[in-house]
Amino acid sequence: MTSSEDLRRMTLPQLLRHHAAGPRGAEVALRYKDLGVWQEYSWREYEAHARAFGLGLVALGLRPGEKVAILCGNRPEWLYAELGTLGVGGIVVGLYQDAIAQEVGYVVDHSDAVFVVAEDQEQLDKLLDGGDRIPTVRRIITVEPKGMHRVRDPRVMRFPEVEALGWHEDAERRGLWETLLQSGRPEDVANICYTSGTTGPPKGAMLTHRNLVTMALSFAEVDPVRAEDQLVSFLPLAWIGEIDMSIATALVFGLTVNFPEEAETALRDLREIGPHVMFAPPRLWEALTRQVQVKLMETTPLKRAAYRLAMAWGGAVAERRLRGQRLSLRDRLLQGLGYVLAFRAVRDELGLLRIRHAYTGGAALGPDTFRFFHALGVNLKQLYGQTEISGFSCVHRDGDVRFDTVGRPIPGVELTISPEGEILERSASVFLGYYKDPQATREALRDGWLHTGDAGFLTDDGHLVVIDRMSDVMRLADGTLFSPQLIENKLKFSPFIREAVVIGHGRPFVAALLCIDMGVVGKWAEDHRLAYTTYTDLSQKPEVYALVAGEVCRANRDLPPAARVRRFVLLYKELDADDGELTRTRKVRRRLIAERYGGLIEALYGERGERVPVRATITYQDGTTAVVETAVRVEEVPVG
Amino acid sequence: MPGGAVAGDTVGPLLQVDRLSLVFGGLQVLTDVSLEVRPGERLAVIGPNGAGKTSLLNCINGFYHPRAGRILYRGRDITRLPPHEIARLGIGRTFQNIELFTGATVLQNLLLARHRHIRYGVLAAAFYYGRAEREEAAHRRRVEEVIDFLELEPVRHAVVGALPYGLRKRVELGRALATEPDLLLLDEPMAGMNVEEKQDMVRFIVDANELFGITLLLIEHDMGVVMDISHRIGVLDYGVLIAEGTPEAVRDDPRVVRAYLGEEVSA
Repeated sequence: MTSSEDLRRMTLPQLLRHHAAGPRGAEVALRYKDLGVWQEYSWREYEAHARAFGLGLVALGLRPGEKVAILCGNRPEWLYAELGTLGVGGIVVGLYQDAIAQEVGYVVDHSDAVFVVAEDQEQLDKLLDGGDRIPTVRRIITVEPKGMHRVRDPRVMRFPEVEALGWHEDAERRGLWETLLQSGRPEDVANICYTSGTTGPPKGAMLTHRNLVTMALSFAEVDPVRAEDQLVSFLPLAWIGEIDMSIATALVFGLTVNFPEEAETALRDLREIGPHVMFAPPRLWEALTRQVQVKLMETTPLKRAAYRLAMAWGGAVAERRLRGQRLSLRDRLLQGLGYVLAFRAVRDELGLLRIRHAYTGGAALGPDTFRFFHALGVNLKQLYGQTEISGFSCVHRDGDVRFDTVGRPIPGVELTISPEGEILERSASVFLGYYKDPQATREALRDGWLHTGDAGFLTDDGHLVVIDRMSDVMRLADGTLFSPQLIENKLKFSPFIREAVVIGHGRPFVAALLCIDMGVVGKWAEDHRLAYTTYTDLSQKPEVYALVAGEVCRANRDLPPAARVRRFVLLYKELDADDGELTRTRKVRRRLIAERYGGLIEALYGERGERVPVRATITYQDGTTAVVETAVRVEEVPVG
Repeated sequence: MPGGAVAGDTVGPLLQVDRLSLVFGGLQVLTDVSLEVRPGERLAVIGPNGAGKTSLLNCINGFYHPRAGRILYRGRDITRLPPHEIARLGIGRTFQNIELFTGATVLQNLLLARHRHIRYGVLAAAFYYGRAEREEAAHRRRVEEVIDFLELEPVRHAVVGALPYGLRKRVELGRALATEPDLLLLDEPMAGMNVEEKQDMVRFIVDANELFGITLLLIEHDMGVVMDISHRIGVLDYGVLIAEGTPEAVRDDPRVVRAYLGEEVSA
């Protein structure tokens, strides 16, 4: 067994070589479903392909430090291209398959890529459409032969052609691969990962071999992996999470990576593989939950009843386990019974029968989805991190999973909160900087700390709670940070509330301007024999106020005490894009609303039970305007 | 511009329709229709509803037997042959109204289409040994290649009856391709599809012709598609072939404009 210190000194392609030349060289490294059958590739074949491709690039003129962009789905060719490029000293730039031509063009151009690997005609078109945008590209290498007979561009080559060139080069210049492979150093840049910023163009985070290898090793200290573990690779390989799993972890520990046939068949192929470890964003876990719900509707009443019963037991047991309580004999018995009755079948259906560690990250996952998987006995945990720290910095530990936190830092990661409330991190996995952007690098790496741009705080027992992006959080007068967006989403979860604008920056407490949903509240009013005329009239009924107060109270329950909505008003008109209050994609324009409803906002922080006279002009769709006069009430939310 | 495999004039026609006449009772469906399909080409037959287009295909693959005239395939007279014999000679067909086993899966439908290629006997099949096993594996492989070509992987095990219309049309094409035809008769492959589905179908059809060298005889109503992908076009009107030639020539032919395209082209 090679020690982790030895592994830490290796580059990714050296690790590949290590497995291929070792005793497990003939074992399965990659599996890819092609023509309906799982095709297997050993570590030796994996290295042979990488070698051929890498040397092919050398024959085509690739020099060390030059970039190769990959625009491809999850299939062995991505890994061949990646490890081949790295093996001969190149740098890999991963691209997202669903990116539009303009985005692809930007990244290819900005990264100075000299070769691009494009999976098929669709991806090739994105590159050729913008022709003059990518002047640095010398060759485009296509993977899928379909439709290629129509392509006439002299820069386009086929993947096997490059490999053939590589074999030729290998025969001509014996030992070249080994020489180039051994000259790689762990501090060299391996990947440039472009992160889609919410503002401005994407930035390319430079990650070294050591960054990635350290990440895999540190993470495995928390949740160990075994050489016989199976991974399923179906999330974009341009994404750091997938690089950590299918490239870094797989190469460090020699795991088998399985590629589904098509993106559309991924969930079905997942079941045929039955992975042991899986990291996926919330939307995938939610998709799996929905899948069960749909199947449940189609099944027989008896099976449905059995499922419900088992889930009730499983939920209760999971609740205790998550709180770190000891399970009683009865708990264990019920859990076992539930497994026989339903969990086994459901987990098998989802492909999660063998799962040991499951992770979610990137965005918040609803507590219900969390509970669902834990009731089934799937060990789903939250991860936190960013591209700039090679993926992960915090994770839940087994038996210490809490829905409102993202866990504790992994070994080797130092984590602290700046006076402004920003999460700061330090570790051997922190990136080198942004490619060709020293300004952004300086902002991200100040005083040796990675500034994540996320606002958060640490609980007493060392769990990290992430609030929101620093740019989106607000601060109460006493300095407490809160995320208006998070609160608004919680409020809008109520069917009666159509829009919510949360305020409180520099104020003593959080308050909200709310718009009722005319359809739903109108229906409710009819059902309760409440007569009304217009939106304005309906919105100011005391009964409606009481109804909404109950909804706000319910939303408050999931929020930390300081972030709870104490007072609200119901607006006398709907927020409207025509009035400039919303963007066309229905995002609220806070500044404009703060100005327009300044009087109301003052009233929210004024005397209790105040009524504010309002005189406002409303623009109708046909352009005509009307003046509304009413008195708006400020409602106190009962603390419960 | 259509490109790819256009056969030279030196090769004889793959299919020759010679002065074909078809009568149903008192109704003259086809009158003296003569048409040649050259190896490797994409020939479209257009015409208003009831012009006899589908009847022409039905004569070629043996569903109807004409009153007069002959149909030669690779120089051999197939006019009186039954449909299964004609299929065995390498003439494939898709149907306007989709003829699939709706209760079977996509894979099963495509495997059934391999029937004409099965060589092993009943006994070998019953015990599934030797030749039967080898052949079945080969058939499955061919079918998987068709699935790959038509991007049907996600619905491989789906029951055909449960698929949306556009996909069923694609499976119908797959069924025809799985028979490995040399000549493929396509009856309105794009009918009822949305723009995106049509684009996919056009790509599949053109690729089948250019990559696999399958000769196409195609009936289609979408003029844009026909003009785009056909090497040659024949125009039927009331059972009479009134024009034949390149898309440009047909489009400008006054008889065609008058009889069929009407205001659309002159506008």
